[in-house]
Amino acid sequence: MKQRNSTLVIGASLVGFSIAVFLLSFFWTPYDPLEINPELSLTRPSAAHWLGTDENGRDILSNIIVGSRATLVVAMVSVMICMLLGVSIGVATAMSPKWVESPAVFGVDILLALPTVLLAIVLTAVYGPSTSTAVVAIGLALSAPVAQVTRREVKSILLADYVTAAKTSGSGSLRIVRKHILPNLRASLFVQASGASAIAILAEATLSYLGFGTPPPDPSWGRMMASLQQYLIVAPIFPLWPGLAIVITVLGFNLLGDGLREALDPTLRRQTD
Amino acid sequence: MATAFYLMRRLALLVASLIASSALVFFLLRLLPGDLAQARLGIYGTPEALNQLREEYGLDRPLTTQYFSWLSNAIRGDLGSSILTGADITSELLSKATVTLPLIGIASLLAVIFAVPLGMLAALRRRKWDGIAVSTVSQLGIAVPTFWIGVIFVTMFAVQTQAFPPGGFPFGGWADFGGAVKSLVLPACTLAFAQGAVLMRFARSATIDVIQQDYFRTARATGLSRAGALRVHGIRNAMVPVVSVLGIQISTLIVGAIIVESVFALPGIGQMLLQDVSVRDYTKVQGTVAFITALVFAVSFSVDLLLGVLNPRLRNQ
Repeated sequence: MKQRNSTLVIGASLVGFSIAVFLLSFFWTPYDPLEINPELSLTRPSAAHWLGTDENGRDILSNIIVGSRATLVVAMVSVMICMLLGVSIGVATAMSPKWVESPAVFGVDILLALPTVLLAIVLTAVYGPSTSTAVVAIGLALSAPVAQVTRREVKSILLADYVTAAKTSGSGSLRIVRKHILPNLRASLFVQASGASAIAILAEATLSYLGFGTPPPDPSWGRMMASLQQYLIVAPIFPLWPGLAIVITVLGFNLLGDGLREALDPTLRRQTD
Repeated sequence: MATAFYLMRRLALLVASLIASSALVFFLLRLLPGDLAQARLGIYGTPEALNQLREEYGLDRPLTTQYFSWLSNAIRGDLGSSILTGADITSELLSKATVTLPLIGIASLLAVIFAVPLGMLAALRRRKWDGIAVSTVSQLGIAVPTFWIGVIFVTMFAVQTQAFPPGGFPFGGWADFGGAVKSLVLPACTLAFAQGAVLMRFARSATIDVIQQDYFRTARATGLSRAGALRVHGIRNAMVPVVSVLGIQISTLIVGAIIVESVFALPGIGQMLLQDVSVRDYTKVQGTVAFITALVFAVSFSVDLLLGVLNPRLRNQ
């Protein structure tokens, strides 16, 4: 009983840690993240600069702390967009008559075929690189897989005998959604939201790595990696730091989702062997 | 009969999707500020030269006319020519595809071979140390950005041990077969690691779902072992969500290829696309995105067919 929720505890701690760092960035950083010191270029980690300095002598730790803003804001907002859009579209299309369902599925399929990052790149080319372009592109693109998975799951729930029984005993569509579909979807929604957060954070990092994300001078983890990677031979461990920040945050959201899934899904709770 | 109808419907949808998505990208790109002809000619853009170029590329015609003429050419395999260099887009795409398609192919093969059995193992032994170890690796794998894995692989196998080249592709392409394979090893492993981690997670949760079904308990009650019951009743059922994830993953796989090509400086479709976006070569971006979406739709179509085979009930919806 106790050890099972360790996933939840670890996940919540990692996410809590990331959020704490995010909040801290507004009050305190060891150094000014944008302060350039040419004489300190690529110095090794030391008591003064815990993670060392980048090619322009800027403190890496301070930049990672401030870089959490770009990542967390983009991830949170785009996941809200994709869950709201994706689940509504998924449930609605699965229960709609054919002439509504087919065009809607068609639209979702088109969105699905355009990979998140590709869509973001095209949108960025049109509207210029900005945090809001990234949010809209990631949110829109992620709503497609959420809608598709949700629709497929609702479809298979609709095949279940208890739904047929509910229909024969006179339940309306709304009642079936509320009583049978949403409760059965709940565990899957948490897994999907956790997966979506992870993908959103990775997508934001990838976009800024490729140069299409939050524009300079605001620090972002992806762009830090891309610039530190050029000095891989001189300073091999440096690109690891921003990558580690990404890993901790993404891992936290994934574990949180899994922990919630175990805590909320009664069939999983019974299953202890 | 039902199957033939299902096939026809899916095929019609495939064609319609291709047309709609290419139109979406076409009009999105044409919203871009700036004059295409001016971009090509720069300071040499005399009014006569600009008009001649606009006529040559049909830029003086209405957008819808431009789109339909692009589409009719694209159907015949002609994606036009670059607005900046005048190079033929189709032949350039095909030559870049000789790097990108093998990369994607090898990576997905590696991902499926390792991830599906490991995911099932992690489900069956999810309270044992090895199951937990597999899930932990998969969790970490999902959390790690593709470019980070690439950088680590380069540090370990190219900078430290120099077993593989840190990037690039033989100048002669596949004529230098050994060299080509060698330069694809690290990129393919990077891509496979990223994709395999996601696939493993889905294989695990799909298998857990199957294990909890009544028919599985019944099979166990008839005396089958857990692995035996899974082999007889589980795999086909567990494969439905796994295969549908594979279909969804083809688009993330292509983005992964773009990133990996950028990390390893591979001259593939992804790297070409990034360069074209940064120099704003709209006709090439249009052609490349159309090619990528066509590829994704074709894979997703095959996945749907496969799902129909795995779960006949889906066919009759």
